Amino acid sequence: MNMSQVVFVILSAIALIGAVGVVANRNLFRSALFLVLSFVGVAGMYILLEAEFLAMVQLLVYVGAISILIIFAIMLSRRMMAADERALNEQWLIGLLVAAGLFIILVFVLLQVGGSWPVAEAEVMEDSISQLGQALVNPDYYLLVFEVASVLLLVALVGAVIVARER
Amino acid sequence: MDFILNLWVELGAWAQGVLAGWGLPEWAVNLVSDIVGVLILLIIGVMAVLIFTPMERKVIARMQDRPGPNRVWPYGLLQALADAIKMLTKEDVTPRNADRALHMLAPLIVAIPALLVYAVLPWGPNVIGKDLNVGILFIVAIGAIHVLSVIIAGWGSNNKFALLGAFRVVNQLLAYEIPMILCILAVVIFAGTMSTQGIVEAQTVPYFVVMPVAGLIFLVCALAEANRSPVDLIEADSEVVAGYMVEYSGMKFAMFFIAEYVNMFAVSIVISTLFLGGYKFFGLEDLAPVLTPFIVFAKAVFVVFCMLWFRATFPRLRFDHLIGFAWKFLVPLSLVNLLLGALIVKLTDSVWGQAGLMLAANIILVGITILILSRVARDLRDAPALKTIAAVER
Repeated sequence: MNMSQVVFVILSAIALIGAVGVVANRNLFRSALFLVLSFVGVAGMYILLEAEFLAMVQLLVYVGAISILIIFAIMLSRRMMAADERALNEQWLIGLLVAAGLFIILVFVLLQVGGSWPVAEAEVMEDSISQLGQALVNPDYYLLVFEVASVLLLVALVGAVIVARER
Repeated sequence: MDFILNLWVELGAWAQGVLAGWGLPEWAVNLVSDIVGVLILLIIGVMAVLIFTPMERKVIARMQDRPGPNRVWPYGLLQALADAIKMLTKEDVTPRNADRALHMLAPLIVAIPALLVYAVLPWGPNVIGKDLNVGILFIVAIGAIHVLSVIIAGWGSNNKFALLGAFRVVNQLLAYEIPMILCILAVVIFAGTMSTQGIVEAQTVPYFVVMPVAGLIFLVCALAEANRSPVDLIEADSEVVAGYMVEYSGMKFAMFFIAEYVNMFAVSIVISTLFLGGYKFFGLEDLAPVLTPFIVFAKAVFVVFCMLWFRATFPRLRFDHLIGFAWKFLVPLSLVNLLLGALIVKLTDSVWGQAGLMLAANIILVGITILILSRVARDLRDAPALKTIAAVER
């Protein structure tokens, strides 16, 4: 194993331990913290793949915003130190089926690929951030998608304000 | 002579040469030099506590016309050391119904983000921990861990004041993060790079002169992020006692204390990097590169002094005013500043042209803002009293 493989194994372990912690923990607050651990592991993988920008955005958006939002929701809606939540709800059967189906598909794909993984030959782009920025505002690439996403977010924001406003 | 002038880079190269001379393989040389570099940065960070606690007490005492600490030799400058020994000997209390693991975890991770920031702060040309091409984004992203540690501390203490304090912190930090990022974006547009060293290199004119509006907004946001007075409502004795750290004592409390000062110093270096020209000082950095770390340090100390100055002279805000100030005033202003910046960078390619236009635009922006504010204030004054109260409450 070379260095990057060792790092990959460590990061995967962090992400997986976090993921297992999320579902196995009966304290919702601790589950949310394990979710953060998992996100950090994934961010580490992005760095390993030389996608620093994506890694930083992963930290900023998932750890900095989404996790905090989840934790806020938990803190505001549950009893303060409710240690034991039920880990299962009425949808456990559907959840089990979907998870099992996904697992079977992944195993199937793995078996089909066998031992030969194609590795991309292309070099990592120099200055990938400015290229990303150009692509997002270039009509030939993703301008339309980017604008639609922005408008969608704006609508969601306005909607949230209207719902939350006192009559 | 060149050796002395480029001391810091040459010193690193020399140390690596010595290690290689011992017959160590290349990876071991890199590993050792990385570890030494990390240790140096960590020590600089933690030394900030020893430097800035006496400075804070002495400076504020001077401004408030009282002697300040003067018992610990000399001039009370070793007060920080005495405080540290006192903290170490205090009893470490964990509340009975607290979440023990989380109560322990919070002080462990609170100083991490502040110290990680030092990895991307430039101390001179090529004198930098790691020149990430997303350096400034890294600084912002790492700040998320700080918010997290505060929430963990508030929750883990099982105390309603701690929890309310944690809510406040998150509310405040998230609100002030947005104008902060918008100001950083304006800087990034002008510099054309997110690397901290690139931003310093791009500053022929310090950005504080180019866009004073962004600089001042960033300063206010930095005060809020570092939890400095007058925006330090996280600790409010009459409302939430000591906020999220009310249940911490001894060394655990000391960790929060250390984190605050490390954070303050880090934020000051970030300000000097983004707006005050970093290690540049009227061509001195070319004449004597050996001085660059001291230039950065001097600028950072100046920013810290300004923070202390604000603390000694401004009254504190009420919490809803604080949040309203961020959302209703700083966010729109920094958005307009960002738009102006983007427009001006498109208009002309010359550095001096951009700087001049942006400065003019900023001055006009300040004028318009003051005009609007005076209108609003006059309307509030002229309105019947009840209406005024209602408007303020809203």
